[in-house]
Amino acid sequence: MSELEGIYQIWLREVKRTVRYKSRIITSVVTPLIWVLIFGVGLGSTIKLGLTVGYQSFIFPGIIAQSILFTSILGGVGILVDKQYGILKEIMVAPLSRSSIIFGKALGISTSVILQSGILLLLSFLVNVSMNVFTFILAILFCMLISLGLSSLGLLIASFMESTEGFNLIMTFIVLPLFLLSGALFPINEVPDWLSFIVYLDPLTYGVDALRRVILNSSNLPLYLNLVVLILFALITISLSTLVFTKKEQNLV
Amino acid sequence: MVEYIIETKSITKDYDGFRAINGINLKIPKNSAYGILGQNGAGKSTLISMLCTIFSPTKGTATVNGYDIVKEPNNVRRSIGIVFQNRALDDVLTGREHLEMHAALYGVKKDIRQDRINEILDLIDLGDKIDEQVKNYSGGMKRRLEIGRGLIHLPKVLFLDEPTLGLDVQTRESIWSYIKNLKDVIDITILLTSHYLEEVDSLCDEISILDHGELIKSGSPSDLKAELKNDTIILKSLNNDKLKNILQNQLFVNELMVDGSEIRILVDKGAKLIPEIVHIAENNNLNIDSIELKQPSLEEVFIKYTGYNINK
Repeated sequence: MSELEGIYQIWLREVKRTVRYKSRIITSVVTPLIWVLIFGVGLGSTIKLGLTVGYQSFIFPGIIAQSILFTSILGGVGILVDKQYGILKEIMVAPLSRSSIIFGKALGISTSVILQSGILLLLSFLVNVSMNVFTFILAILFCMLISLGLSSLGLLIASFMESTEGFNLIMTFIVLPLFLLSGALFPINEVPDWLSFIVYLDPLTYGVDALRRVILNSSNLPLYLNLVVLILFALITISLSTLVFTKKEQNLV
Repeated sequence: MVEYIIETKSITKDYDGFRAINGINLKIPKNSAYGILGQNGAGKSTLISMLCTIFSPTKGTATVNGYDIVKEPNNVRRSIGIVFQNRALDDVLTGREHLEMHAALYGVKKDIRQDRINEILDLIDLGDKIDEQVKNYSGGMKRRLEIGRGLIHLPKVLFLDEPTLGLDVQTRESIWSYIKNLKDVIDITILLTSHYLEEVDSLCDEISILDHGELIKSGSPSDLKAELKNDTIILKSLNNDKLKNILQNQLFVNELMVDGSEIRILVDKGAKLIPEIVHIAENNNLNIDSIELKQPSLEEVFIKYTGYNINK
């Protein structure tokens, strides 16, 4: 069988699931809007950070990155739900390579991310950010790349878990630190050295920085560096989860 | 010569020091319906999982459709269809989408996929429901969908792991008739595990009894029952007395009783003796009005070989 057909089928299922759970699409768009419109306005009106843009605009790319983070990690860990339904077993016994399963799944999640990020980017005028077709498309491509790495990270985490009961642990120990360290909510160029060190270990930092460059035309790092780090991150997480999936295959079905 | 579609060679599986399957040698004839009978925890699912290449054996191996389960897992996977013990469906996909996805994953070419799906739809009889999301299906419909899905890539072997577990009696019987019908319509070997004695008795040509990871007895259900040498033949004739006198002297009769208008004789292999008894009666110008064979149940077979009742 062609592996491409397999990847397509896994992707298709993921996209159908996204479209059929309409409430998920709504929350994935409304939650970031609440952040930008309430947190952004509230904090933005009381602090001065020496930014070239308003605080609301400043966190807009960060909040998009946050929604990518949540959707991707939880989407990846969601493979445990597939396990619960038994559908993972059906997929795992098909004559299909493990890497195709991982890639199809990650691609499907990042397609959902394109959908939600697209809606958010279209609403950018709400925070006084204007985008053109080129920056819109570029931003979408970065969103997808960020999501590929993070959803594979979610899949990797899932392969070490037995059931969905550990969701809250992932939220506290992985999702929240990745989000707060990424510089989504504050500029990272003035944090103390010890924190700066950790900030640059967070892959999402490069995602936020890239989105800020594309959307607001301001950033700390060169865009090509962000691109390289994000591609490397995606490659590493995809390969690692493929490896672990192959190894722990028997626990997963 | 009998062709074997599945052959296991001292196949063994250990889990953390616990031996779940202990050196089983099994030969399953092509196009048969073969049952693995055993209590919960006897190792049935483990055995099936190894044959499906989900688990790899600790020792030994097996061939399925001529392919080694350890060395050629992808060829094995293409040769088999599986209906798992637990449901393996996505609630938000429709029945048709399940069939399409499965066909594609198993490499059914796009141009014949729709035809294949339509053939399966005739077989599983889900009607318009096929385009509804699976969450609206009843337990029996889900099972039928899973059986249909397992067949869509024309496998040589269909694995049914406890196919009617958790279904009500009526649904169970309808699934049985689907499985029987399947055997009439297509050339396929069915390997079924079950702890329902009636299920393997009515569906399987041959069975093996599995207990504590070991294969303890194989054979056709009727042979296994005959081996208990405990068949009863019940006869009725207008001339019971004469018939009784003649039968009493036959060597194959272990015991003879007259119960009202019936003569009951205990014999070793009842099924083979019925023609002989008819023949003897004819030679003596006796008419037999009715003749009935009562065999011991598979339950008695199971108790004999395991020492306990499967439903205990």
